[in-house]
Amino acid sequence: MTMETETQSQKAFHVDVGNLLAVNPFHSFPSLPASRDELVKECLQEGTKLVQAVADSLFNLPSTEDVDGPLVKLPPPTTKLPREKHLPKPKPLTKWEEFAKKKGIQKRKKEKVVWDEQTGTWKRRFGYDRVNDDKDIPIIEAKMTDEPGVDPFAKRQDDKKKRVEKQEKNRLQNLKQAAKIGALPSHVQLAATALPITGTQAPPKKVTKDELGNVAGMAATSTASGGKFDRKLPGEKPAKKQGKHRKFLPVVEGSGIGSREKEQTESVLNKLISKHSHEILNVGKAVTMYNVKKEKKSRNKRNQEGKSSSATNKLKPKKQLQKKTGKKGPVSSKKGKAK
Amino acid sequence: MHLYTLQTLRFCSSAIMMRIKTPKNGRVRRELEKRAPKLVETGKKTLILQGTKTSGTLNGVLSEIYHLKKGGAVRFTRKNDNIRPFESGGETSLEFFSLKTDCSLFVYGSHSKKRPNNLVIGRMYDHHVYDLVEVGVENFKSIESFNYDKKMAPRVGSKPFIAFVGEGFENVDELKHLKEVLLDLLRGEVVENINLAGVDRAYVCTAISSNKVYLTHCALRLKKSGTVVPRMELVEVGPSMDLVVRRHRLPNEGLRKEAMRTAKDQPKKKIKNVSSDAIEGTIGKIYIPDQKVGDVALPNKAKGVKRERREAKKKEANERASKKQKEESE
Repeated sequence: MTMETETQSQKAFHVDVGNLLAVNPFHSFPSLPASRDELVKECLQEGTKLVQAVADSLFNLPSTEDVDGPLVKLPPPTTKLPREKHLPKPKPLTKWEEFAKKKGIQKRKKEKVVWDEQTGTWKRRFGYDRVNDDKDIPIIEAKMTDEPGVDPFAKRQDDKKKRVEKQEKNRLQNLKQAAKIGALPSHVQLAATALPITGTQAPPKKVTKDELGNVAGMAATSTASGGKFDRKLPGEKPAKKQGKHRKFLPVVEGSGIGSREKEQTESVLNKLISKHSHEILNVGKAVTMYNVKKEKKSRNKRNQEGKSSSATNKLKPKKQLQKKTGKKGPVSSKKGKAK
Repeated sequence: MHLYTLQTLRFCSSAIMMRIKTPKNGRVRRELEKRAPKLVETGKKTLILQGTKTSGTLNGVLSEIYHLKKGGAVRFTRKNDNIRPFESGGETSLEFFSLKTDCSLFVYGSHSKKRPNNLVIGRMYDHHVYDLVEVGVENFKSIESFNYDKKMAPRVGSKPFIAFVGEGFENVDELKHLKEVLLDLLRGEVVENINLAGVDRAYVCTAISSNKVYLTHCALRLKKSGTVVPRMELVEVGPSMDLVVRRHRLPNEGLRKEAMRTAKDQPKKKIKNVSSDAIEGTIGKIYIPDQKVGDVALPNKAKGVKRERREAKKKEANERASKKQKEESE
């Protein structure tokens, strides 16, 4: 093997034992070998040389004996490759930890079981059957500061609930702070439960299924071709057309139907020029209208004649005859105002 | 995988109401911790998938790559027509799969008239596409077509030797990039200790021309030689193929710098009382406290000490004798 390496002008392969990698940057094919087999053979030869070079360094490393065989500790790899994930950021200190650091408070190791004065036994610090549990207290003595109607047991429970809520809030704040930096612990995720309330202070309206179905159609109308050629998702129904449904006549007329266009223009012209006016005019309606108008006119004339002479006289005697009730007043004034 | 308990918080003071989701299961928790970013990274998982159309050879290539990387690879067999690696919008699906399967390497195979037997090998950083290399596969020979002694076959998951031959890998940009990507793909797990009896495979990549690479997978035979180092013999076993580099996309500078950062690159904390000099190297200062000569325990037992002990013994003996006398008298 050594003879072959000496024939090479420069032996220096780049060997990276940490990756079991060897690179020969000096080899080149001046002319491609004629057959595939020769090419493969030459590649394998060169490959063998490189692998031998790596093995030289590898087997000379200090090894320890193991059950399966000699174990070697590999040196760290020299070829730098990009990471797959970002570098983990160090956790920021929580508010309590900062306070403790400032004050110099040390962490104390806590015992698993604690002596419970109430029952006189050893109990665990938290969880089922714990020390200082609320349900173990038989009597709470009343103090001067207590209000009369307050249940002290319920008050204890409320206080505990408040403390727990406060602790949860603080925990959330600490996690939010960590999330801001990007150093959230791997098993925790923060999820938003609702969007922020802005402006009108009203919660966002929930969109119904039908409305959602129409939204795509509405958006499509703003495209150049009115959404006609948009690619549809599987299962999407065609958009419902809004507004009037117009029907247009075909450009090329079919034979045997007659000219529809001619009919259309004829009807329009007839309405305008009124060729057969008896078809256009509704005589009965015209007569009623005339009669109603005439009657209105005659009524007006009569009212006007009667109004000026007896308007005030009508009002006064009527008031005297009727009983004194509040409602009658406006009624009588209405009668006087008749047209 | 999605078993979380909800701890809902109802505080209207914060504009966005948030809740903390933590896993209820130990198994889920351990899985999440495995996927968290680590200081020193061990191995990248590979995602193998295909596009709208594949050819027979391409199917063979993809399945054999999957066999070679059995422990750390995920194979998708359905067609994905919305993945277009070199287009701006066509990578979202890839990134989604990478996020869900926690794979940072992907091999995407597709076949078309313009690009026959196309393989796109890509890497991800933080589940976003980092770089891509597109190669065409020619002259593919599968594992079945090789005849060899089955006893020598390399075992699954063993760490391979990798050899790159050719000046093209230094001079040509595309081949340099391909070399880096192939190293990442073929490397396997990064381990500290390796069992010398377990090395049994090698990958050989030769640069045939400025855009063609011949890649083959061989089994190793260790033969006895005079020294500790055995003589290596390569026997072709596995798939062999010609890779023709078509397109490639390098990462942009800022992303590359960020991805190449290691823990050692972080600013070193200043160690107290240590300074370095150009001439003398590292210098350390040691502060020795004042010796208290009087209080130190003497190493050799001085005569005076011995005498004291003798006298003390005498005293004791006398006292005992006097006690006995008293008792006897009583």
